[in-house]
Amino acid sequence: MTISEKLPMQRRDFLKSSSALGVALVVGFNTRGVLALQGSETATDFNPFVKINADGSVTIIAKHFEMGQGTSTGLTTLIAEELDVPWDDVSVEFAPSNNELYKNLAFGSQGTGGSSAISNSFIQYRQAGAAAKDCLVQAAAKHFDVNVADVKMSQGVLTSGDKKAMVSELVEVAATMTPAEKPVLKEASQFTLIGAESLPRKDSSDKTTGKAMFAMDVKVPNMLYVTVLRSPKFGGQLKSFDASAASDINGFVDAKAMPNGSGVAVYAKSTWASVKARRAISAEWDDAAAESRGSEQMRAAYQELLAADPVYDASGTGKHAEIASAAASAKASVSAEFEFPLLAHAPMEPLNCVIEPAEDGGVLVHDGCQFPSITHPTVAAVLQIPPEKVAIKTYYAGGSFGRRANPTSDYHMEAAMAYALMGGSHAIKLVWMREDDLAGGYYRPMAAHKATIGIGEDGKISGWAHQTAAQSIAKGTPFEQMLVHNGIDHFSVEGIVDTPYKINNMSVGLSDYESPMRVLWWRSVGHTHTAYAMEVLMDMAAEAAAADPVEFRLAHLDMADKDNERLAGVLKLAAEKAGWDGKQMAGKGRGVAVHKSFNSFVALVADVSTDAAGAVSVDNITCAVDCGLAVNPDVIRAQMEGSIGYGLGAIMRNEVTLTDGVVDQANFPQYEPLRITDMPNIDVHIVASAEPPTGVGEPGTPPTGPAVANAIFAANGMRITTLPMTRGGVKFA
Amino acid sequence: MALTIKINGESREIEADSDTPLLWVIRDELNLTGTKFGCGVAACGACTVHIDGQPRRSCVTPVSVVGDAEITTIDSINTPEAVAVQTAWQELDVVQCGYCQSGQIMSAIGLLSENKKPSDGDIDTYMGGNACRCATYHRIRAAIHRAADILEA
Ligand code: FES
Ligand code: FES
Repeated sequence: MTISEKLPMQRRDFLKSSSALGVALVVGFNTRGVLALQGSETATDFNPFVKINADGSVTIIAKHFEMGQGTSTGLTTLIAEELDVPWDDVSVEFAPSNNELYKNLAFGSQGTGGSSAISNSFIQYRQAGAAAKDCLVQAAAKHFDVNVADVKMSQGVLTSGDKKAMVSELVEVAATMTPAEKPVLKEASQFTLIGAESLPRKDSSDKTTGKAMFAMDVKVPNMLYVTVLRSPKFGGQLKSFDASAASDINGFVDAKAMPNGSGVAVYAKSTWASVKARRAISAEWDDAAAESRGSEQMRAAYQELLAADPVYDASGTGKHAEIASAAASAKASVSAEFEFPLLAHAPMEPLNCVIEPAEDGGVLVHDGCQFPSITHPTVAAVLQIPPEKVAIKTYYAGGSFGRRANPTSDYHMEAAMAYALMGGSHAIKLVWMREDDLAGGYYRPMAAHKATIGIGEDGKISGWAHQTAAQSIAKGTPFEQMLVHNGIDHFSVEGIVDTPYKINNMSVGLSDYESPMRVLWWRSVGHTHTAYAMEVLMDMAAEAAAADPVEFRLAHLDMADKDNERLAGVLKLAAEKAGWDGKQMAGKGRGVAVHKSFNSFVALVADVSTDAAGAVSVDNITCAVDCGLAVNPDVIRAQMEGSIGYGLGAIMRNEVTLTDGVVDQANFPQYEPLRITDMPNIDVHIVASAEPPTGVGEPGTPPTGPAVANAIFAANGMRITTLPMTRGGVKFA
Repeated sequence: MALTIKINGESREIEADSDTPLLWVIRDELNLTGTKFGCGVAACGACTVHIDGQPRRSCVTPVSVVGDAEITTIDSINTPEAVAVQTAWQELDVVQCGYCQSGQIMSAIGLLSENKKPSDGDIDTYMGGNACRCATYHRIRAAIHRAADILEA
């Protein structure tokens, strides 16, 4: 049997057949949030979540996009669990853009992020599945002429005594039933899919056969390919350009100045022709408002911020200087400064989208769309058409790590401008090359930290004065109102100001760094640097207290506090599974880190070794995670493996640097991604929990850097406080 | 210029400048989209195809040098190694975003065609040029071992 014979029906074929079949049971919620069937509601005030077709096959509508984090599998699990249908009978379709009907209940608008997909959908999607089942059961009761209570459903088969019917036989009648207003959800003990170890991912077969469609793969009639020549400096404005040298390039169509001065749109009949033409075009820029500092100057500016008093008192103690001086004169004390570089997200699929004209005079956007709630109005505004004339079709996204979700919808805005410049005469496909991606901004901001920690007579922390400098992610964006309070961008201090550790006399100060460069959340946001500073400092404090790093951390956790208990739980589990015994071995080092983010708790024990020349290898990582109820254990393991690897590559050797405002890194050879040769063995252990499910896409990243740093310290005595580690002086094997 | 290339068992007439990378001919002209663009400079492996059975980075292979060689893409490869690799990849649910995986799979097929029983070291050496930003490497290693077992059975 070949692979393709084994595959479940492909999504596109399925759509065709379902429309041909006509009759379907479609369940969702109406705008009042009440469960409803399509037919009783008009299409505009109803969001289908589950469709059961006449042949008994099921389609679930995913309100969250799939960037690899496993949501299409997770949301399917929630519906299929309550609906009691065979796993292989269910396929996934991505929801259209509709902010009201498909909103993320954690944000109040349609979008994916903050490791929230499963947690915000956990009840909603199960209710939709349960409602669909309820209609089928009612239909079966009618069909069998028995009471509803006497109907059972399992694996897509409805039975009562010796009477039996398949879903397909009941769909038509079920579509006329009214679902219970509050269908009863299963007890955890009744789950057969939630928590199951062996559910194949929904996207596995398409993604192993080249059939999975990404926006990059979309080709529509009359489509031109567009690359954009942008200012080499952030904030530079186009003065003029000369495209005469491009005119004899085969396939080149036209070049036009972007209306906002951001660059030149280069239109061609193929991607390659656009790239070649772009190379041939010269442009002049006005850099008056541009960032023209280099990384050294930026670093110096951060140092100055740390040398001055913090502007904001993020912990509200009002006693920063006092706490700092008390800490410095405690029985023992440690102090350290940390530096973190700019980081690019560099998702594997370079940014791109397609905009094509629609019959109603509007447009259809093809995109791996992470924030429809921003992209949709952005495209409408650029094109000056009413929002209802914009539709978004969502495809698999080749990674994001935060990049696709940004406050200006930057690449969609570019695509819309490029579309408008042609007067809508052509569909356009905007493509970023890898060089555009690395030099194009929306970076994880640079950050710097400084801390002084005192250790008291009891061997515990007696005071901790912490100061952070970072460029604000939220200020100046539509998210400012929600995320910035009293001038403090929570993203700059999360993971410190709200640390679960019980630390007496902790003060956290913050100063903002300013630049026209655009910064953004990068897988785990502020935790990317705050966890590193916190957990390396905890190690340094343990050393100063002559305590075991695991014991020292546990001594600062209070088992009467639920969060502390869960943090201690993962810490103990990781230590136990790694066989933590505090012993030293020549040429090896072991380090630990634990961190809470996105309401999940992750502890890592890292094992490193050094060779004769002192080069470091990261050999093993033992991970313990508590993310509440584990909906898809294998997806959770995969997310831990992936988020640890993502963090590891960055802390080892990734940084975006600038010379006179121009990014130094051109392509992967200068921004070398983690390779298979760097990948440690990773063992993931999931804490059994009945708590509501919490995030898994991001929480593995924050503890990775400090666990490895602490292991390197154990191996060779180097405290790495400047990232990436290669800049901090580490050589990797 | 007009060229004829042999791809996935067919001869296809194409129109392209001689310096056009094979990748863009495959994707934009022939609309075979299983092969991906990731970097354009032979640094990520997303664009890996087989040319006469050997894995090659199509983003740095000018279409004019392909000549008569047989090009095979993920869209139609079906050798025993390919079936084993794809089966193992699905069994172990290797993929995350999936964007690098066509290239990973084409490389893994190349490895198993040359080496029936690769060690971890062999895998790391052979697969070192295939980047995965989702860091699925841990499972890629396991899946290649699994595919070797499938082939042996
Ligand atoms: S696209 Fe060819 S190696 Fe990256
Ligand atoms: S699976 Fe996403 S880049 Fe490899």
